[in-house]
Parts: sequence; C-alpha cells; structure tokens
Amino acid sequence: MTGATAALRTRSLLAGFGRTAVLQAIDLTIPARQITAFIGPSGCGKSTLLRCFNRMNDHLPGFFRYGEVLVHGRDAYDPSFPLEELRSQVGMVFQKPNPFPQSIARNVSFGPRMAGVRDEKVLAELVEGSLRRAQLWDEVKDRLDAPAFELSGGQQQRLCIARALASGPEILLLDEPASALDPIATAKLEETILELSREVTIVLVTHNLQQAARVAHRTAFLYLGKLIEEGETAAMFASPREKLTEEYLTGRFG
Amino acid sequence: MMHRSLFKEGIAARWLAAAALLLSLGMVLGLLTVVSAVAGRAFWPKPLVQLELASGEKVLGEVWTREPDPHNPGHERWRIKTGNRDVTGQDFVWVAKAAVVAREEPRGAWLFERSEYGNFYGFPGELRSPEGVIPAGDDRFPAALAAAVREGRQLMAEERALLDRLGALHAPVVKYGAKAEGARAEKRRQQAVAALERARRHEEELAPPLLARLAEVRRLVEDTTLTVRTVANQEITVAVAGVVRAVPVNTLTPAQRVGLYLSRWWEFLSAEPREANTEGGIFPAIFGTALMVFLMTFAVVPLGVVTAVYLNEYARGGVFTRAVRLALANLAGVPSIVFGAFGLAFFVYAVGGSIDRLFFADTLPTPTFGTGGILWASLTLALLTVPVVVVATEEGLQSVPDATRDGARALGATRWQTLRHVVLPYATPGILTGTILAVARAAGEVAPLMLTGVVKLAPALPLDGTPPYLHLERKFMHLGFHIYDVGFQSPNVEAAKPMVYATTLVLLALVVVLNLLAISLRARLRRRLSRSAV
Repeated sequence: MTGATAALRTRSLLAGFGRTAVLQAIDLTIPARQITAFIGPSGCGKSTLLRCFNRMNDHLPGFFRYGEVLVHGRDAYDPSFPLEELRSQVGMVFQKPNPFPQSIARNVSFGPRMAGVRDEKVLAELVEGSLRRAQLWDEVKDRLDAPAFELSGGQQQRLCIARALASGPEILLLDEPASALDPIATAKLEETILELSREVTIVLVTHNLQQAARVAHRTAFLYLGKLIEEGETAAMFASPREKLTEEYLTGRFG
Repeated sequence: MMHRSLFKEGIAARWLAAAALLLSLGMVLGLLTVVSAVAGRAFWPKPLVQLELASGEKVLGEVWTREPDPHNPGHERWRIKTGNRDVTGQDFVWVAKAAVVAREEPRGAWLFERSEYGNFYGFPGELRSPEGVIPAGDDRFPAALAAAVREGRQLMAEERALLDRLGALHAPVVKYGAKAEGARAEKRRQQAVAALERARRHEEELAPPLLARLAEVRRLVEDTTLTVRTVANQEITVAVAGVVRAVPVNTLTPAQRVGLYLSRWWEFLSAEPREANTEGGIFPAIFGTALMVFLMTFAVVPLGVVTAVYLNEYARGGVFTRAVRLALANLAGVPSIVFGAFGLAFFVYAVGGSIDRLFFADTLPTPTFGTGGILWASLTLALLTVPVVVVATEEGLQSVPDATRDGARALGATRWQTLRHVVLPYATPGILTGTILAVARAAGEVAPLMLTGVVKLAPALPLDGTPPYLHLERKFMHLGFHIYDVGFQSPNVEAAKPMVYATTLVLLALVVVLNLLAISLRARLRRRLSRSAV
C-alpha cells in the first residue's frame, strides 16, 4: 500500500490509561475510501485505537500516548493542528445513538453551526444533503422540526451519521454503531455505510464477525493491545495467516 | 411462620412506611385545614347580639369566644366584641353566661367599620347632610347612608391624593435644602441654592389651588354626619367620611352576607392596613413579599448556576472542590438569623454605607442605602438559598449523559460550546428545580429580613410611578413578618386574631402560586427541550 492513498496511519502507537498500556506499538495503515473493520475480543483496544484518530481519548482521566497518529499525513497530535479542525475532518458515531435534545434539523446542523456557519440557507442545504447521504431524508423530510428523540433507534443512528457528515469529514469513525439496533435496522445501516464508503473513508469497530464479513473491505484483528493481523477481509476470513486469528474467527475464544 | 413473613419479607417495614406517610400527610392536611378554617371564618358577618345582664347593664356586640370561667368553675363566660373603643376605651368585655338575663338580635342594630378606632356598634339616629336630615326610620335611610359612605370614601381618597401631590411638590425643596446645607464645594452649593429657589417657586405657584381644594374637602367631610345611639343610650355623632362600611348585620339576606364576606376579603387583599395593622388589608405585604422573592431569584440563579458550572465542569476534583462542596452544604445549615446579621454588617453597613458616602454624600447623615432595604434583604436571602440552587444545578449537570457530551465534542464543538449549546439546555429543568426550592425557602423566611429591611408599616411601595420606579433602597412589608407583628406585637392582639390566620393563608397561597409558576415554567421548558430549538 502506498502512502498516497493512506487516510489514516499509526506509527508505533502506544497508548493507555494510568499505568496500563491498552495499545502496544500499533503500526497500521488505513486506505482511503474503503471500509476497514476492527475486530477482536472485548478489551483488546479496538475502541481506544479508534478514538486516537480524533483524539477523543484526551478527555479521559490518565490517558497517555506515544508514537504517531497521522491523518492524511498530518500529525493529529501536533499542537498546531486545532482539535476542532481535526474533528470536523474525522467524524465519529458512537455505540449508542446520542442525538441532542433538539430538532432533527438542528441536530444535523450542529457541527457547522459550532464552526461558525450562520447562513440559514447554507445550513438548510447542508441538512438536506447530509440527511440524503445518510439515507434518512425521505423518512424525515416532512418533520425536520420534530424532536430527534421521536425517531426509532436505527433512524437515530443514521441521524448521528448525517450529523457527522454535515461537518464535511473525509473520514468517519463508527464505534460499534449497530450494537443497539435490531437486525432490520442493522441491515439498513450497513447499506448506508456501504453507500457512503464510495466517498468517505470508514473505520468500523464491531463485535459482529458477520458484519465485518458483510461490509468491510479490509479487517484488522487486535488482541490484547496488539495488532495481530490486517488485510483484505475475504482473504483473512478464508485463510488467516495467524493461528490466533483463526481461533478467534472460528469462535474458539472471544 | 408468622414472624418470618413479618420481618423477613418486610411486611413490618411496609406497614411502618405506610404509617409514616399517613402521619406526614395528616400533619400537612391538618395544618391546611386549621389555617383555612379559621381564616375562612374570619370575614364572615357575625350576628349582633344584645345581652341584658342581671345588673341591668346592656351589652351589644359579636360573641367572639366561649370558654370555661376560671373564676367560677363549672360555668361558662363569653368574650363579647363591643367595639366603640373611642367611647368605652376597650374593644372586648367578658360576660358570665349565668349573668345573662335576656338575649336578642335587634334588627335596628348596625355595624360601622371605621378607618379609626375600629368597629362601632349601635342604633343609628339620623343622617345629617347639606341636603337635609333623614331619620333612621325613613325608607330612604339605607340608600342615603350608603351613598354618603361612598361619597365620604371618595373625599378621603381625594384628600390622600391631594396630600401626596403636595408632598411631591415639597420633596425637592427638602432635598435641595439639605444639599445646599451639606455641600462642601462652593460651586455645588450655589447650584443647590439655585435649584432650591426653582423648587420653591414651583411649589408656590402650584400649591395654592391644591391647598384650597384640600380645605374644601376637609370642610365637606365634616358636613355629613350620623348620630348613633349606643346600647347604653349614649348619643354619638360620627363623621360619615370615617366610615368604611355601614351594615345592618341582623337584617342581611344570605346573598348580602356573601357579598359582605367577599367584599371584606377583597379589601383584605387589596387595601392598605389601618389601625396598627389590625384592620384593613395586607396588600403592601403581599406586594413586598412577591417583589423580594423576584429580586432574590434574579440574584441567586445566576450566582448559583455559575458556581455549579464551575464546580462540575471546570474544577478538577481535588481537595479544594471537596472543601467548597462541604462549605456549601454547611452553609445550607446555618441558622437564618446568622445570615441576617451578616446581611446587616456586610450589605447594609459596609456596601450600603460605601454607596452612601460615594453617591449620596449630600444627604448624610440620613442614610439612603446605608440602612435596611428591599435590595439588601433580597441579597441576604439570595445568599441563604445559594446552596439549594448549586446542589440542584449540579445534579442537573451530572444528569447530562457522557455520550451526549462526547457527541458534541466529536463534532468539533469547543468546551464552551458544548456547555452552552448542549449541557446547559439539558440541565435547565434541574436549575429550575433549584429555583423552585429556593423560592419556597425564601418566601417563608422572616428572621434575616427583620435585620435587613422589613418594617411593620412602610410608607410607600418599593415599586411606584415616580422615577426611578423601582426603589431598591426602600423598606418594605412582608407577609411572614406581618403575621409576627400583628399576632404578637399589636396593641390589640385579640381583635387581630382573624387577620393573623387570614395573612397566614395568603402567605401559604403565595408560596404555592410562586411554586406553581416555576413548576409550569419547568414543564414548558422540558417540553421545548424534547421538541425543538434550545
């Protein structure tokens, strides 16, 4: 893989909380405009790694980090790289849908508004565009002023995707986005993700191996803070190089 | 087996809890019942009873209380409100039930509620006015008397208005006079003297017609009189203008009784007090209480919310934060009179005294802000209720899910934007809960006010039509203090008893209304919060 197509890259990334290192020397390159899934048993460091890309770990008590995190070649932890700018380039959707207690439209326009966009027309266009990309527009176009809490769980999660898209990110981090959803809502969400991957780089943390197999172009397997294996999803699932990977994929542990 | 189910399965605990709940409910209901029962009866017209005693003496009045006679065990004595304080020197007499020979409710007896000396009970003789003399037996008498009473009230109101206008004309003369005397710089003294001259000329120009009208009003007041015979056959002449209400109590129809009852309540709620607060209304106290609570709310909510936001969002959870929280919790337990003493020393003397020296030096040694006033009382109460608001706001802030904060941060919102656009709107119901608790606490608090600005009779409301409209330095009346004053400090405690209970009922109602106001506001905000733009 060449550096030119790499959207995200870590170099000897070591990170943790207090005295515990959660990630141990991770070297990983994530190509642009593809879906990369992080899999691994609970506590293996998938989420911590994911949250290093938009520095969401910084607020947690005792967090430390060594090594580099590069976003489109630029050091995410460089003090001259404003946090707000990083986060508008690297959007994130969380495990549980977390809409704000506001209207659907204002949820979507939150990021641009915080970045200083005041023009109502521009905001309205952003809202429509983002909702269309998140494949939610047709379901909510008649009730943009309704409270976001009135949406179903799956719709709320797609609203959160639209909200992240409104800031215009090139990278989207999804932290187990379907774990709180039923199978139908999950299928719809996966469809949305696949559609989005044509224009946006997506990193997906999941517990669900079938989900990784269904949507991810590439998969990275983490175990106890180490990157065990990374590669094309189909190849890895068919013939894993490492014994640990094979055991995990066949359900021997996890 | 019996014991097993009783204790192991918590049946005993359940019964105990139910009993405790019942007891608490009973106490609250009992309080409300007693207060509303006594207050509800307070203004209901009582029949005028004429008693003939064995000694040949006659007594006319309202039967106030009946109780066992301490001097004569086994017998009952009655406390009769006989009024006519200006004639007999007392409002009440004791009558032994055994001494009563005859009892009747004479149809000719009238009750006169007066603006001075309290009630008068007697039999009207004739109404003398410039239009002629009408005897009580005449069919036109009731209507003529009612018209005369109405007219008299209008005259009294006009007299008050004239005095107010004259006072307003004279006020600048006093003000610039004091300034001219107190000014240290020659230039300022000259300015004050010139202003004093202008004010004098203005007064001399406008006052004479007012004074003439005042003299005429006073003459008119004396023109209309009523002769009344007391039960002891004494003939008294009463100025009709001093009569607030003339009622032939014993001949009233039920509808008239209800009308009288309502009109007395209306007077109680809307009028100024009379006769050392034992009669008339409590409007200045209602107004003072409500205004003080509003001022306090404006002070305490920003202070408490900012404090809570700092403690919860910015401060690191170290020893200092823990110490501040502990201090706040203890502040809530400090006796309120201590806050009063602090308010007196800090707000009144230190802050108010400094303001006087800086801005009102001309009128010293008469203090302007350097004495108790509604502003200092409100700020003292704000200090008293700050812990309540801080604790409730902190709970509101802690109830905001971390996922929601993370969501805002992940969208590139700064810490302040997250706080301003997501966390604070989310915490608003908690903030309002704190406000409700603070209002409830402040509306009923009396002790600190006694040191920082409450008075038994305020000459003017703290909010009126003269600039700057809101007079923060003025002393004010307060319902809680009014209860204490009328109930314990009044010269005529027995006569004022109904007023005490009625005032208590009004205070309870005011607290409930203020709470409902805040609760409905919170409900509306919650709805808005879950619906759309915050």
